[in-house]
Amino acid sequence: MQDPTGQGQEHPEGHKYPEGHKWETVIGLEIHTQLATQSKIFSGAATAYGSEPNTQACAVDLGLPGVLPVLNEGAVRMAITFGCAIDAEIAPYSVFARKNYFYPDSPKGYQISQMELPIVGVGHMDIEVDGITKRIGITRAHLEEDAGKSLHEDFHGLTGIDLNRSGTPLLEIVSEPDMRSAKEAVAYMRKIHELVRYLAISDGNMQEGSFRCDANVSVRPKGQQAFGTRTEIKNINSFKFVEKAINYEVERHIDVLENGGRIIQETRLYDSVKDETRAMRSKEEANDYRYFPDPDLLPVIIDQQLLSDIRNNLPELPAAKKQRFKTDYQLDEDSATTLTSSRELADFYEAVVKRSGCDAKLCSNWVTGDLLASLNRENLDINAAPITHERFADLLARIHDNTISGKIAKQVFDEMWRSDASADQIIAAKGLQQITDSGEIESIIDKIIADNLDQVEQYRSGKDKVFSFFVGQVMKQSQGKANPAEVNKLLKAKLSN
Amino acid sequence: MYKKTIAELAKGLRSGAFSSQELTQTYLNRIRQHQSLNCFITVTEEQAMAAAITADKRLATGDAALLTGIPLAQKDIFCTQGVKTSCGSKMLDNFIAPYNATVIEKFNAAGAVMLGKLNMDEFAMGSSNETSFYGPVQNPWDTTCVPGGSSGGSAAAMAAHLAAGVTGTDTGGSIRQPAALCGITGLKPTYGRVSRYGMIAYASSLDQGGPMTRSSEDAAIILQTMAGFDPKDSTSSEQAVPDYSVGLNNSLQGLKIGLPKEFFTADLNSDMAATIETAINEYKKLGAEVVEITMPHLKMAIPAYYIIAPAECSANLSRYDGVRFGYRCKDPVDLTDLYTRSRGEAFGAEVKRRILIGTYALSAGYYDAYYLKAQKIRRLITDDFTKAFTEVDVIMGPVTPSTAFAIGEKSNDPIQMYLSDIYTIAINLAGVPAMSIPAGFVNNKPVGLQIIGNYFSEARLLNVAHRYQQVTDWHQRTPKGFE
Repeated sequence: MQDPTGQGQEHPEGHKYPEGHKWETVIGLEIHTQLATQSKIFSGAATAYGSEPNTQACAVDLGLPGVLPVLNEGAVRMAITFGCAIDAEIAPYSVFARKNYFYPDSPKGYQISQMELPIVGVGHMDIEVDGITKRIGITRAHLEEDAGKSLHEDFHGLTGIDLNRSGTPLLEIVSEPDMRSAKEAVAYMRKIHELVRYLAISDGNMQEGSFRCDANVSVRPKGQQAFGTRTEIKNINSFKFVEKAINYEVERHIDVLENGGRIIQETRLYDSVKDETRAMRSKEEANDYRYFPDPDLLPVIIDQQLLSDIRNNLPELPAAKKQRFKTDYQLDEDSATTLTSSRELADFYEAVVKRSGCDAKLCSNWVTGDLLASLNRENLDINAAPITHERFADLLARIHDNTISGKIAKQVFDEMWRSDASADQIIAAKGLQQITDSGEIESIIDKIIADNLDQVEQYRSGKDKVFSFFVGQVMKQSQGKANPAEVNKLLKAKLSN
Repeated sequence: MYKKTIAELAKGLRSGAFSSQELTQTYLNRIRQHQSLNCFITVTEEQAMAAAITADKRLATGDAALLTGIPLAQKDIFCTQGVKTSCGSKMLDNFIAPYNATVIEKFNAAGAVMLGKLNMDEFAMGSSNETSFYGPVQNPWDTTCVPGGSSGGSAAAMAAHLAAGVTGTDTGGSIRQPAALCGITGLKPTYGRVSRYGMIAYASSLDQGGPMTRSSEDAAIILQTMAGFDPKDSTSSEQAVPDYSVGLNNSLQGLKIGLPKEFFTADLNSDMAATIETAINEYKKLGAEVVEITMPHLKMAIPAYYIIAPAECSANLSRYDGVRFGYRCKDPVDLTDLYTRSRGEAFGAEVKRRILIGTYALSAGYYDAYYLKAQKIRRLITDDFTKAFTEVDVIMGPVTPSTAFAIGEKSNDPIQMYLSDIYTIAINLAGVPAMSIPAGFVNNKPVGLQIIGNYFSEARLLNVAHRYQQVTDWHQRTPKGFE
């Protein structure tokens, strides 16, 4: 899109800003998210990622003479779902337009997109940075088709074209220039990412390009109303790179302005290896896309029935879920935030609470602790966790019914991570069951008291700290299996004799 | 037997008077004999004979459709699987379509035989068939004259009895104008009545395929097979397709004919005007009432059309870039060279002219002044038709301002060429159906009468045309040398 944020005004020239001048950053994002439809937006070909080149491109995707697009209703429903979730106006009448440009991976010579009448209108998204909540305006979101890919390697100076991705549905979400730092931009992008996955309208896979953004960046002297000249950084596909690219660009703008230079409105690329942005093309060279309504497609008319259908079937959104977790499970802010960071993780947690019968807080500690740590260590998604929520819940249930201690449970957890065995199987096979029989514990204590008379003397003379020494000894002797509460009770009784 | 109507041929095939193979062979012989007309870009002799054998078997089982075994030919704008589909352009001279247009699928399902692919103006842009990469087509009535266009090969083939029926497409008059100039019957259906899937796009919001035949009765039979909703074409209509043959003989008593005064001005050659008047009088005898009407925006049809059609074509023809199919220039040095030379070398002058006009009209700063303005005019013209049809049943007038002109006469004067579609273009802008039927001769060259109807009134148009053809014999005349 051209100049969607209205940040186009040039700043008066010939004015050198002093070094150390207070600058304000202004950022707007255009996020492209691939919609998780089975088939493409205008054809019946499959959308799955990673197939052999050009095996998922039908006559329509190849742009053969005579073919016509037919709109995928699923993509429309997903766009509306997103619109409802950001509290946006859904256009009762929207129109697809042709965006004309020549490029080898654009088989028709135009991209079918939406220009003047997008399906999703003005909405908003709340973000939180450093404990402060801020509302980011969303200008619009529109449907369009993705292009294919140009492959420059392996073709000996030629270019290969893979049209598998051609026609994959995209929702382009355009924000207002409401963000004032790279941190805010990342927070916003994360929130949108979380939302599209909550709504199950996108897999949000950033490595595969399912979720990427263009960042519009400008700076202005603090207090000035008019926007500075913006530059647009294209096609950034990770949260980390968004932050770095924006920070680089902001510094570059300030440098240029403080040295009496002028920012040129242009499109730039972020090079993550060199951590810098480079000019792609300037506004003067920018394409005139010659948008006009696509005569092959009818206007999209959304009736109230469909709209209320989708609205009534919206899943619980992240903010509401977090609030509910805090209330229902008595979780603190941080735990609730972590557990609701994805719909899958939240579902996992709730399934564990339900099945294990454990205290919700204990479940939260285990999910946000050992489970997430292990997932992070191996760079896995919750869906790919080697321990299902059933197996995980059964492990926690053994803590709950005192079969094992929390400490032993960690050992069992590690074992479960590496095998398919259930918690019970591991506990039985390794004899990890807790010792609760007081006779057995007493005999261990008696032996320790007999072997450590010096320490007994110290304790009895008032050195309470020695007590933990005895606890440690008992646990060591019992290989950690002695029930800690029972150990405490019996030790106290024996030592005071 | 090649002079029989489709209904008669179907009867003959069933009675065993002749086989589809014999019939097909007869047409193939005639096509060869009259090769100099240049009607065909591709003759699919082998496939035709194979289809005829299959048709004969099907006829023998008694499970045949009306078109089973009937030899037809297709405008080379419809994609035909495994057969070159050139659209009259060097750009697609090497293009073997890997799929069938919906219309072709329907003919195949009906068991029709395809004789070959018919010559046409390049990408359907032209009114004389002179822009074809494959050379001009001769008009069988006077071989020094053009057959009209863009469906020039289709019209000439019908006039010369080279097929039992053919298809054409009509964006601004491309069925009706050549039908008029060659003295045959042509029907442009309501926009959305016939699927555009696989019909190579010129101007998507105006293009419509339809039958070109020897009579209205035959047009009804062919349209019956072509028409209907297609899930592959979002702009095709879900409205039910009526039986087009059942009402052909309905009485015209009380039919209200509107004659727009804008059609009968000095632009119309006086001999033409007289011929049209005679035809209208024939209708009066059949019981019709005639009223003069006014359609004030018709005069703006040509300028509006020459913005909208080129605008759409400028995008529709972007896919011909030398990358995936079609012509590619030799040894491109880089991407820009590949694009510019492939397109520069393979598109003809008229196609380039329209791409340039359309690109300009859509450019930043001009869009409102041209494209949007043209769309407003289109709305006004549509309103003219809607209003007229509250007063009259059909509108009649000429199809062309003059009879067939000489090959080469207008090819260097685009404006004169564009004006030959002055009476047909408004119909496409409104999307209503219209026919051209033979209504007489001026200087031994055919004159067409245009009959325009309200949306989806094809059955009524066919009825109105058929009744006229019951009391006249213009449509049965055959040019000398083609008897």
